[in-house]
Amino acid sequence: MTAPQTYELSSQQALEAESIHIFREVAAEFERPVLLFSGGKDSVVMLHLASKAFWPAPIPFPVMHIDTGHNFPEVLDFRDRTVERMGLRLVVGSVEESIAKGRVKERPDGIRNPLQTVTLLESITEGGYDAVFGGARRDEEKARAKERVFSFRDEFGQWDPKNQRPELWSLYNGRHHKGEHIRVFPLSNWTELDIWSYLAAENVELPSIYFAHEREVFQRDGMWLPISEFTTPREGEEVVKLMVRYRTVGDVPITGAVESTAATFEEIITEVAATRITERGATRADDRLSEAAMEDRKRQGYF
Amino acid sequence: MELLRFATAGSVDDGKSTLIGRLLYDTKSIFEDQLEAVERTSRDRGDEHVNLALVTDGLRAEREQGITIDVAYRYFATPKRSFIIADTPGHIQYTRNMVTGASTASLALVLVDARNGIVEQSRRHAFITSLLRVPHLVVCINKMDLVDYDESVFNRIKDEFRAFAAKLDVGDLSFIPISALHGDNVVHRSQNMPWYDGTSLLHHLENVHIASDRNLQDVRFPVQYVIRPQSTAHHDYRGYAGTVAGGVLKPGDEVIVLPSGLKSTIAAIDTADGEIDEAYAPMAVTVRLTDDIDVSRGDMICRPHNQPRVSQDIEAMVCWLSEEPLRDRGMYAIKHTTRSARCQVRGLDYRIDVNTLHRDETADSLSLNEIGRVTLRATLPLFADEYRRNRTTGSFLLIDESTGATVGAGMIL
Repeated sequence: MTAPQTYELSSQQALEAESIHIFREVAAEFERPVLLFSGGKDSVVMLHLASKAFWPAPIPFPVMHIDTGHNFPEVLDFRDRTVERMGLRLVVGSVEESIAKGRVKERPDGIRNPLQTVTLLESITEGGYDAVFGGARRDEEKARAKERVFSFRDEFGQWDPKNQRPELWSLYNGRHHKGEHIRVFPLSNWTELDIWSYLAAENVELPSIYFAHEREVFQRDGMWLPISEFTTPREGEEVVKLMVRYRTVGDVPITGAVESTAATFEEIITEVAATRITERGATRADDRLSEAAMEDRKRQGYF
Repeated sequence: MELLRFATAGSVDDGKSTLIGRLLYDTKSIFEDQLEAVERTSRDRGDEHVNLALVTDGLRAEREQGITIDVAYRYFATPKRSFIIADTPGHIQYTRNMVTGASTASLALVLVDARNGIVEQSRRHAFITSLLRVPHLVVCINKMDLVDYDESVFNRIKDEFRAFAAKLDVGDLSFIPISALHGDNVVHRSQNMPWYDGTSLLHHLENVHIASDRNLQDVRFPVQYVIRPQSTAHHDYRGYAGTVAGGVLKPGDEVIVLPSGLKSTIAAIDTADGEIDEAYAPMAVTVRLTDDIDVSRGDMICRPHNQPRVSQDIEAMVCWLSEEPLRDRGMYAIKHTTRSARCQVRGLDYRIDVNTLHRDETADSLSLNEIGRVTLRATLPLFADEYRRNRTTGSFLLIDESTGATVGAGMIL
């Protein structure tokens, strides 16, 4: 006996279908797409959706990682294993190299996250990419809440929030001239909870640091930072051993761990459903710089 | 759990932000750090109340000018449904923004201030809702607390709105008396209006029947991308990927491919999770046919005895989205389902006043935010249905060929 057919998709199926539609649209209309893959959970979901969109054919574009040199080793390891397993071509844009070439200067505070924009734009130009998939979601940050699924970037990679193309129905306008490109956000309508529910339902592998583990950490600016080659406690910063996990994965020096015992997808979903602080607010120093930190970075061509 | 996309329209004065703020707050969808940031900004600006519009008025220009300049998408969920709100600002670019928000919505929520009754803006919202064929319209008569929760006020506004809506093609129309500020009938039934025997707004949003809104009769499958793995494991695989735009597709169905007119049979419907027995809108699937015929992007798969119109001539209502007016005889790029072509404007029949519904037949152009009936001739035949029958195969974009900007949104008649 089968249940009566209601011809209604679940919320998760509807989001998946919308994202797959976007991937296929880009593959059909652009010459050189590339997918930004950091090993973070959102980019893992993007890659999973891309592989579904073109099955049984392989993903018809390469993936790109903008490597700050300040990554969690677990995440780099995961990146390399994933690329190998899926038979992808990986392009790495290195912030380290941009610094060495003198394209960008190391900041006094040593934070490399804002420097990524230069490397990202150079890598896009060098590769001749005309569509760049990013994993940004509208629920995560208010400048992002206003960005289109197909987001036009001029020859300098700039985003002009006041001059965006209206986006109607499921008709996406990818028109651009040579040298300009389109950022494409297939996860625009997904929430953090949608991401976790989907990862659990599809049983997708993630870097281990997303799950609770014991780690030596110390507190700085209200964030739990790990002992690592990039972060060492200053005088007066006490090192403690805690059960923690990461809600987002960015650069080691600016990504805080959250205290948690959630070691499985189910436990994480319960935790995310109950949390009262946004994932960026909880864990990202880069977004605390100013109220418009994200908008300013996005205008210059950031992710 | 189902997904409901709905659009809200109105200005700050209608209490729309307060209403959305309450829906988000009462469903625990605003986070503490967001609320703190909003409280801080409200205080800094000297606002009397916490201005919940600031939750998504994220752009610098919006905060500086204290206005919303673009559609904001907000997300919340209850145990029954998850919701995407397209929140469209009332003041600036209202038509362009509301048309955008309504294009993907299954339901439109329009606010009316109980003290003022139906105003020009209410009529405009009802018209755009009907033009965009949003299947459900909910009119929230707000600020009932300021009219002593008076049933006769509610009834008078309801009757007036109904009379106006009768001139339009509005599907399912509901009225809810609320006070967004005090929460009456927003999440819970109000004790202050015992005369009201309907449900709360949230209950309505959770239960409104949306399954029958889609077209399950006319099979329409615009081919989006051809999948040919060319690997040893899938050497002869050839699948047509796309998103179902209408009807129910099943293996064994006889189909016809447009424009070639070649007939074949659906061999299988593939997804990465395996073959499926049925596909319907808006599923993204891959169709395989029993015959090796030439099919490419922009083609349409349908049933032999139920085909869309195949024509280069299009009559449509067009909403103009650009500062640069629509030019008669002008050439534009047109994007319709997965098909792209060019088209020429062959006449503007009339321009419609969105507030009065008056048709101006002497009009010779459409400016930003104006709507009119336009005749177009495309360089290729399009496979189109009336927008009222199918929102996917009945809609198109007009694009300026030199700037690449989206300049018009069309609904086929």
